[in-house]
Amino acid sequence: MALTLTPGVPMAPGGEAPPERVKRKGKTAYFLLIPGMAWLVFFFVIPLGSLFLTSLERPLGSGPSAGYTSALRWQNYTEAISKYDTEFLRSFWYAGLATIVCLIISFPLAYFIAFRAGRWRNLLLVLIVAPFFCSFLIRTYAWKTILADDGFITTFANSLNLLPDDRILATPLAVVFGLVYNFLPFMVLPLYASLERIDPRLIEAAADLYARPWIGLQRVTIPLAMPGIVAGTLLTFIPATGDFINSQLLGSPRTRMIGNVIQTQFARDALPTAAALSFSLMAVILVVVFTYIRRAGTEELL
Amino acid sequence: MASSSSSGKVEDLRLVSLVKDYSGVRAVDDISLTIPAGSFFALLGPSGCGKTTTLRIVAGLEDPTSGRVFIGEQDVTIKPPYQRPVNTVFQNYALFPHLTIYDNVAFGLKRRGEKDIETKVSDMLDLVELSDLARRKPAQLSGGQQQRVAVARALINQPDVLLLDEPLGALDLKLRRQMQIELKRIQVDVGTTFVHVTHDQEEAMTMADTVAVMNAGRIEQMGAPEEIYELPKTAFVANFLGQANLMEAEVVDRDGAQLVVQAYGNKWSVPTVRAVQNEGQIIVGIRPEKLRIALGASSDTEGTNSIVGTVTDASFVGVSTQYLVRTPWGQELIAFEQNLAGGDRIRVGDEVSLTWEKSHSFGLAGHENVDAGVMDLSGAIAEAVTESS
Repeated sequence: MALTLTPGVPMAPGGEAPPERVKRKGKTAYFLLIPGMAWLVFFFVIPLGSLFLTSLERPLGSGPSAGYTSALRWQNYTEAISKYDTEFLRSFWYAGLATIVCLIISFPLAYFIAFRAGRWRNLLLVLIVAPFFCSFLIRTYAWKTILADDGFITTFANSLNLLPDDRILATPLAVVFGLVYNFLPFMVLPLYASLERIDPRLIEAAADLYARPWIGLQRVTIPLAMPGIVAGTLLTFIPATGDFINSQLLGSPRTRMIGNVIQTQFARDALPTAAALSFSLMAVILVVVFTYIRRAGTEELL
Repeated sequence: MASSSSSGKVEDLRLVSLVKDYSGVRAVDDISLTIPAGSFFALLGPSGCGKTTTLRIVAGLEDPTSGRVFIGEQDVTIKPPYQRPVNTVFQNYALFPHLTIYDNVAFGLKRRGEKDIETKVSDMLDLVELSDLARRKPAQLSGGQQQRVAVARALINQPDVLLLDEPLGALDLKLRRQMQIELKRIQVDVGTTFVHVTHDQEEAMTMADTVAVMNAGRIEQMGAPEEIYELPKTAFVANFLGQANLMEAEVVDRDGAQLVVQAYGNKWSVPTVRAVQNEGQIIVGIRPEKLRIALGASSDTEGTNSIVGTVTDASFVGVSTQYLVRTPWGQELIAFEQNLAGGDRIRVGDEVSLTWEKSHSFGLAGHENVDAGVMDLSGAIAEAVTESS
């Protein structure tokens, strides 16, 4: 009864895993890298270095107007973080919440577009991207009007007694909503890309092997969509953490995020504080991202 | 046996008036058949004939427009796939790429909360000789190994019916022949009903106890392979299952158990029991290997029919030579001659006679198209391209 293949019979050439692409040798590839590398050096590495040096500067007098000089004043970091820890935590809280809401909205949406939309697929994808044709600043201003206290949404919600503060604008709800709205396409598109690559027969095979739809989703669809889920959450979470527009336009001083603090500090010439906060934010995000990717088991993304 | 079949025995699969429409196109057109428990059944037909749709309806992956599906006495028509005592070996296998071979094979057992999963899976992997590869991922296996994983993953659930959708289509010819024999052996050993969908007539005939030839959503003919090969009932079956010479003729007389037919000045006999129609216009058919080819005029004897013609092509294929012979009325007939003599005796341009036993002729309905079911290569390629896209 055992299945046996005659020894010595080579496997089907078509059935073998495709051989690794032959790596081309030559220097052309490195030449092609030059413009990109130059761009990175001039507009990323050098400014980053200068920002880092700024973050260690020491004040010449009292107050930012007196100016700063180069130093190695590490207290800038501890002072800035202890002073603005609330905004730090709030940023991660809002961004995390927005990311989760984005994921909950985007997964069914991307699933529908990938598997059920048929000939409407391209149109729906265009609709997802369409908001980018208009500046996000303008769109966020538009939401300010739509969510205004005398706007129909707030009026309607109030008539149902849904709002604890009797308003939407200038509340954390509005800020998180704005983050969700602005970063949704960055979640939908990578999710769509990875769902679209899943062979629908794998989902059928799960059903054929006694998996109810919900189990099939857990055991087959979601694991196969993991690269898209990781990419989408990172593309949403990272910029949302540093965002200041949504809090500034839709929030209040009580919803200030770390982006707003950095922006204010730069504006009032407190450059070392702003720089130290920027570097701290970057460091925390890097740690969070690395931990997340390790736990999600998709190291190949790095 | 499968926990789903309470009686504990393998059940018959019964399809009753199955119809499936896709936005106005009828893919499956009123199919009724009973597949006895424990048999190896092949649904054979060209792409687009509805065979895969029929299989998917049995699996529960498609809902029929009308009709019912029974397994034993149980009506499973509206049951979702995960509640049917049926498992599928998918075309291109559909192995879960993120799971190991072990987890792929264990998938069905885990979903049903079975006990002793580890023992069962390792027994099954021993059976298909893949124990060493249990911790690998499907992408690390060759095509033939993946195929065996797909069979193991389905068979471990001990379904009442195992459905195979072109399971050998992705393998090369040599491996495909080996797997045909292995699959047949597994089927005999486990005694599960196998329903095998294929467009490869040789595969269907090699493996199946019963072959149903499908065309345009209908079953044209069903029976044991040798039975439908020797006595096709339609031009489509005659041409699709092997090759056939089909000639238009008219019944002019009856001589005992034989019909006497006239065609282009020739008189032939066809056994009455081997003709679907006993009067008027009919089509006389004869298989190429039943023709004897000889140089010169015919030596017609009592028990034979004959035709004279000119050889237009002779291709030597080792075990036999395939001749194309042009008849005086311009039709090209195919004749196979077994390579008994060794060497090529008959050449292109030779005048030859073709003779065959009267009892080997068969008669088809006169209104049929003699080219129905003939492999049209350009058409087949176009279909394959659209199917894969």
